[in-house]
Amino acid sequence: MVKDITIGQYFPGNSFLHKLDARAKIIACFVLIIFIFICKNFASMGVMLLTVAACYAFSKLSPKLMVKSLKPLLPIILLTSVLQLYYNNTGDVLWSYKKIAITDGGIYTAIFIAVRIVALLVISSLLTYTTSPTDLTDAIERLLSPLKVFKIDIHTFAMMMTIALRFIPTLIDEIDRIMSAQKARGADFESGNLLKRIKALFPIFIPLIISSFKRAFELADAMSCRCYVGGKGRTRMRKMQFTFRDSIALIVTILVCAVIIFMNFQFEALI
Amino acid sequence: MEKIIEFKNVSFKYSEEDTEVINDLSLDFYAGQFTCVLGHNGSGKSTLAKLMNAINYPSSGKVISFGLDTSDEENEIKIRQNVGMVFQNPDNQIVATIVEDDVAFGPENLGVPREEIRKRVDEALKIVDMYDYRLHEPHKLSGGQKQRVAIAGAIAMQTKCIVLDEPTAMLDPKGRKEVINALQRLKEDLGMTIILVTHFMDEAVNADRVVVMNDGVVVFDGTPEEVFKNTEELKKIGLSVPKPLELALELKKEGYDLGTKVLTEDSFLEAFKKIQ
Repeated sequence: MVKDITIGQYFPGNSFLHKLDARAKIIACFVLIIFIFICKNFASMGVMLLTVAACYAFSKLSPKLMVKSLKPLLPIILLTSVLQLYYNNTGDVLWSYKKIAITDGGIYTAIFIAVRIVALLVISSLLTYTTSPTDLTDAIERLLSPLKVFKIDIHTFAMMMTIALRFIPTLIDEIDRIMSAQKARGADFESGNLLKRIKALFPIFIPLIISSFKRAFELADAMSCRCYVGGKGRTRMRKMQFTFRDSIALIVTILVCAVIIFMNFQFEALI
Repeated sequence: MEKIIEFKNVSFKYSEEDTEVINDLSLDFYAGQFTCVLGHNGSGKSTLAKLMNAINYPSSGKVISFGLDTSDEENEIKIRQNVGMVFQNPDNQIVATIVEDDVAFGPENLGVPREEIRKRVDEALKIVDMYDYRLHEPHKLSGGQKQRVAIAGAIAMQTKCIVLDEPTAMLDPKGRKEVINALQRLKEDLGMTIILVTHFMDEAVNADRVVVMNDGVVVFDGTPEEVFKNTEELKKIGLSVPKPLELALELKKEGYDLGTKVLTEDSFLEAFKKIQ
């Protein structure tokens, strides 16, 4: 189950999206995420969904991958939707019981919110699926470099991110291993009420944290062995190149945003 | 032969209250040699390795690495440029998420120009036979492959000497063989100095020199034949001898003398054919 979580992972490939400059992808992704929140009705959200689907198609990744990684998050999506159903009481009442009333407005918002979360997850997953973490952090480092004026150490921040991403699969393997070890000794993670299940997780996380510290110390040694002293005087093997492709991607992003704003004005707002 | 790393009366302890892990040790390592450091757990062999490139500093005495005192902080980078290191756990020493990016990490830190890094990375990966995997993700490689990537990382820094701290302890037999073969190639083709810290006896048989450590001091120091002659003493400090030799010694008890130089399977077979 833990292994199904693919958020933050990178799937190497050779598609249009893979080839885009990481900076262009980050900017486009950031803008689209903001516009997911700007979408006010189904028309604009429809445009957004089309864009997201088109992006996914351009990544040439299998749709199964996305479905698989959305599955563990389904409870969160459903919970948020159901809450909308309960809190939003606009429109005609369809069904009511004591203080709880379900309205058609509630249903629309519930669907809208679910779609919004899915769009958010897909677009942000797409960024990490198609961008190698090295490129990602390089791009972040470069995009944030103006902040150096405020004496913020951007390089260290970017390096921390690279290492965090690098260790996600390693730690997932580790969790799997610890869980199996605890199960072999009779630990039970699958039954009991919520509190009991949360308690059952302690014997997993304590060894995990201890081993993470051990890893961190070893990694620090290994990094100093390779003459790492921070960002000063470092060169890069990879070159970042902003090409024609990237300009097109950004122009398309801007166009999509314009259409969304137009749709927002054209049709009635839902939220 | 040229001395590259010198230990001069070195003692080391991790904290004031601890007992000495390394105890008044004097030892030299020579250029171009394949040296194997053997010892059971807690014999101080890993600490010895970390003293060589200024990860640990001696509590007393001096370690001179390529003519530079490791206790002087200013020498740190220069020493580590000359003495590369590979650790036991392959997962904890790979920094990047793509093989070639990880190999490039060292040269990038040293400020090598871009084209030069590209050249070095490709060459280093070819030497350890991992060039075809240059765009793979390290976490999907086998243990032996990961360790070879780590070795390539040291080669790309153009180190003159590689110190390996039990690089094969977590690997399966196939991975162990891959790593040891890669090290032999480094020594023969590039004339690199290899210092291999291990507790596998079989890995020591092809070394130029074997150093056996126990309780922070050197017990034996010589060619594999010279060291493994001392079967009884080695067993006393918790070490065994290579399997072919052990078999030869058992045979000797039964009256078949194969000598004490049968450290590999091949030499065992040869000696065995002779007495038949």
